Amino acid sequence: MTGGSTTGDDGAKAPSSGPQEPREAWPLWEVFVRSSRGLSHVHAGSLHAPDAQMAVRNARDLYTRRNEGVSLWVVPATSIVTSDPDAKDQFFESPQGKDYRHATYYTKSEGVKHL
Amino acid sequence: MTTTAIDAGSRVDEDTAGEQLFNELIAQDSRIEPRDWMPADYRKALTRQISQHAHSEIIGMQPEANWITRAPSLKRKAVLMAKVQDEAGHGLYLYSAAETLGTPRDKMTEDLIAGKARYSSIFNYPVRTWADIGAIGWLVDGAAICNQVPLCRASYGPYGRAMVRVCKEESFHQRQGFEILLELANGTPEQRAMAQDAVNRWYAPSLMMFGPPDEDSPNSQKSMEWKIKRFSNDELRSRFVGMMVEQVKVLGLELPDAEIRYNDETGRWEHGPLDWNEFKEVLAGRGPCNAQRMERRREAHEDGAWVREAAAAYAEKQAAKYAQAA
Repeated sequence: MTGGSTTGDDGAKAPSSGPQEPREAWPLWEVFVRSSRGLSHVHAGSLHAPDAQMAVRNARDLYTRRNEGVSLWVVPATSIVTSDPDAKDQFFESPQGKDYRHATYYTKSEGVKHL
Repeated sequence: MTTTAIDAGSRVDEDTAGEQLFNELIAQDSRIEPRDWMPADYRKALTRQISQHAHSEIIGMQPEANWITRAPSLKRKAVLMAKVQDEAGHGLYLYSAAETLGTPRDKMTEDLIAGKARYSSIFNYPVRTWADIGAIGWLVDGAAICNQVPLCRASYGPYGRAMVRVCKEESFHQRQGFEILLELANGTPEQRAMAQDAVNRWYAPSLMMFGPPDEDSPNSQKSMEWKIKRFSNDELRSRFVGMMVEQVKVLGLELPDAEIRYNDETGRWEHGPLDWNEFKEVLAGRGPCNAQRMERRREAHEDGAWVREAAAAYAEKQAAKYAQAA
């Protein structure tokens, strides 16, 4: 398992500070939007903000300017744990060749009603 | 010594495997995601294109924001504010996408402010009258949409996803511009003349937004092989001319180009010559408004420093309080 953001930026490593403004970069937050009741929160994008509260407010201004959401989650990008992209073949190997886990595998019942 | 040799060897293997997968994904018209292996040149080209695109959105706020106080009604002011907010949003979506390639956000801001980064030449033209706001929406945003719709299918996942969002929002921009022009074109003779004058001035610069002619666009070829770009500059420009030629009839105005014609043999729309020297001059920083736009951007960044400092201080204080309570 590898830590890091779903968008691939491994988060809030401060860049070497600029000439006029030596400050740490604000952490990166991943934003999830629930578009209406009954649906899950879906990843919408990311943003930088100094703290969680500002992240939620900025997320509202950035990702819901047209009524796109009824609820927001923001998650520090560094807190997201992901599967290792370099090992994805082995990691997702198990279901390969196991077609019998799908209804379409069973063809003999074709034509039988309500089945 | 031995360890280094082994490391170098396995890195070569990794690169070969990575490159093979990359090529396969491009060939299948699939998408490249941030943590995939990608050629250094692909990363570099994308970083340049996406960050320039982001800078353009941010600088693009200026010419229109200057007109918010002078917009002729409360409704027009509200619309223009929404549009300028959208441009800020588009800039942020794109900076996020560019960041996934490894360049920190602050570095991109610094490059823009230091004058090291480019942005679209179109924003270095002056916005003289209210009709210009109409012409910008119709022609400039129209050209942008024409350019951007195919980018929704760009091979780099985060860029494509950002562009889907941008394109969805951009269509209101073009329609509001068209409406401003339509109203002026049907107004008093002075208003009509103002609308025509704005179209006259913005026509050629908006055509040049598609970039230099194909034979002078060395980066295009590679970009199309990588499926970042889907159509050539000239192809998109011709498509745009074809759309404008119809739409201008509804406005009852004219495009300032007597040489527009449809070429039956090539199936393309053709237009009169464009002044590519002017394009190069503006791009090199010698356009009518380059200095003004850069100065304003720098000023905004410097004037906003206290806000960033206060927000950081507040965040730190809250974190300390939280730590103490825990």
